[in-house]
Amino acid sequence: MGNIIYLDNAATTKTAPEVVEAMLPYFSECYGNASSIYSLGAESKKAITRARETIADVLGTKANEIYFTAGGSESDNWALKATAEAYGTDGTDNAAGVRGHIITSKIEHHAILHTCEYLEKHGFEVTYLPVDENGLVSPKDVEEAIRDNTILISIMFANNEIGTIEPIKEIGEIAKKHHILFHTDAVQAFGQLPIRVDDLNIDMLSASGHKLNGPKGIGFLYIRTGIKIRSFVHGGQQERGRRAGTENITGIVGLEAAVKRAYRIMEEKTKKEIELRDYLINRLETEIPYCRLNGDRVKRLPNNVNFSFEFIEGESLLIKLDMEGICASSGSACTSGSLDPSHVLLAIGLPHEKAHGSLRLTLSEENTKEEIDKTVEVIKQTVEYLRSMSPLYEDFLKKQRS
Amino acid sequence: MGKKVVVGMSGGVDSSVAAYLLKKQGYDVIGVTMQIWQDEEQAAIEENGGCCGLSAVDDAKRVAMQLEIPHYVMNFKKEFKENVMDYFVDEYLHGRTPNPCIACNRYVKWESLLQRSLSIGADYIATGHYARINRLPNGRYAIKTSATAAKDQTYALFNLTQEQLSHTLMPVGEYTKEEIRKIAEDIGITVAHKPDSQEICFIPDHDYAAFIERETNGNVPPCGNFVTADGTVLGTHKGITHYTIGQRKGLNLAMGHPVFVTQIRPDTNEVVIGENEDVFTKELFCDHLNFMGIEDLKEKRRLLGKIRYSHKGAMAWVERIEEDLVRCTFEEPVRAVTPGQAAVFYENDYVAMGGIIRG
Repeated sequence: MGNIIYLDNAATTKTAPEVVEAMLPYFSECYGNASSIYSLGAESKKAITRARETIADVLGTKANEIYFTAGGSESDNWALKATAEAYGTDGTDNAAGVRGHIITSKIEHHAILHTCEYLEKHGFEVTYLPVDENGLVSPKDVEEAIRDNTILISIMFANNEIGTIEPIKEIGEIAKKHHILFHTDAVQAFGQLPIRVDDLNIDMLSASGHKLNGPKGIGFLYIRTGIKIRSFVHGGQQERGRRAGTENITGIVGLEAAVKRAYRIMEEKTKKEIELRDYLINRLETEIPYCRLNGDRVKRLPNNVNFSFEFIEGESLLIKLDMEGICASSGSACTSGSLDPSHVLLAIGLPHEKAHGSLRLTLSEENTKEEIDKTVEVIKQTVEYLRSMSPLYEDFLKKQRS
Repeated sequence: MGKKVVVGMSGGVDSSVAAYLLKKQGYDVIGVTMQIWQDEEQAAIEENGGCCGLSAVDDAKRVAMQLEIPHYVMNFKKEFKENVMDYFVDEYLHGRTPNPCIACNRYVKWESLLQRSLSIGADYIATGHYARINRLPNGRYAIKTSATAAKDQTYALFNLTQEQLSHTLMPVGEYTKEEIRKIAEDIGITVAHKPDSQEICFIPDHDYAAFIERETNGNVPPCGNFVTADGTVLGTHKGITHYTIGQRKGLNLAMGHPVFVTQIRPDTNEVVIGENEDVFTKELFCDHLNFMGIEDLKEKRRLLGKIRYSHKGAMAWVERIEEDLVRCTFEEPVRAVTPGQAAVFYENDYVAMGGIIRG
């Protein structure tokens, strides 16, 4: 794995050395089960408690409101399904047999969208709000979508494909005003942006460790005290009986180390990423004709770049980039098995053919200007080459000339 | 590095060994699995070198890893839908019986895959067909089935262009099926046994009529009359999309003896019924011509004609009567000439030309 340029940090990130170091003792020294009575177990228990406090601290909340899970998708599933179960009715109170109503957006991650589809099959109604051309959900739309039986609003903090940061504060206020629970999928935002749950009126928040240089297979769900959602995994008394299973001690310790690191370097990392991001956006925009930046220019994750290039197949571009050792993606890694046009790009109004020719580059603070320069050169050459072979481009040029 | 070749990999033995052989010959091999099919839940069905669902992707990725070659998935769902599925439905609605594999080969597996392969810097595409592509003395590229192949490998490929053939490699064509299996074993390629199938991959339950009904949202030709050739009404049929020429089963006509579909008339929504001998004809016409081993048909030529995949072939005189129309006269009557199927003509085992049967 020599000389690769890694530009897919929204898919996953490198586990930071200090994170690995923090985890190591918990494999073979402090390996005790946190629920055990002897002191070896107590060591684990202590580490978990400390990790919970660290996370609660950065979110501005209490340790007993943090529940460890196996990652973002589990947290999203739990938040939606358990809320539906606890706050939905049995459907006998209305003629249509509707058990409750959920508001979400069209550009959520599939962990939310597919869970919503599942709930629709089980008697719930879901409103999938549209977004504007930059991927922003309108708070006004959220308010107008509220019905008497609305039990939950779930809007992502920032989009994983186009990096748009949603108006979470405004949506939180609306939810509070109408006494409706508010969940946010913050998998892409947590550790990248400062988030204080009380300031934003967030009732539930999903996060994942491996998006912020932590290990894979660990995440958490923040659940505000007083929310009566029940156990997701039944079994032992771990996570206050709400999520059974022996604690993933190495994962939890790794997540804590990653959170500490992320908050320690956040300011500097953000500054560096924004500089690289804007440099990359600027070069692509000025040097390649017929391209478009997807997502909001300002309300944007510091490390996200997403472009559509007309007249080309994104697939061919990605393969050429891979051949040059550049790791990029066309959208979400979770959908690349299917390679269908991204639902996010379609939702911001891109026609199918433009959605196909899109490229996501997500940076880290370790990327260099030289790497970005090389990437721009490869993209330029490849787009030019692919266009030279594209009959669509030929037709377009003919029309331009005539 | 040698020349770059993209191998269409289904995860099956033949395409896996094709990739191995090309790598051994010094090519720079890239594995690609084509995703063509809408319904991902269905298991893949391997046919003539590969059709693909997601399990095919996993299998192909594993083989590529073993061979230490890069592997990519390419999405051709849109091309497949437009050129194969929509065409399939449209042909049935017009009373014809299409062969979707031919359309898939020409427009998806070759045209689209080749175009995209060239775009990532490849010189060739390769498949796991037991066939050979040779350049004939007249300078034309033509394809023939390997002598040892159990099944025909060329009928469904008759429509490939010279350009496509000149960029295609079929390394497995030099070997017998047994030799290929032996090579796979020797190099330790583990492939799941996949059943061969001549059925249509995107209709796994084989219920074509139900598929057409779904695709058209129920907008299918209604019930109509079964008639004799002279117009006598015999009963009611379920809609012309339910029938094909030569069909005997499922007609639900109590005639006291076996009867057959001899013609489908989309204009009057009639299905014509006749006796066994009525199903045999000597003459057919075809259009959508493609010339392969011969450049043109200036005068009448005696060729071996096949009127469907499973037909073993019969000698016929073929003559051009219009720019895109030939008349083919068989020396002996052939059974169930079916509009929509391909008529493929061979000379010295090579595909010489072919077209789509009009009537």
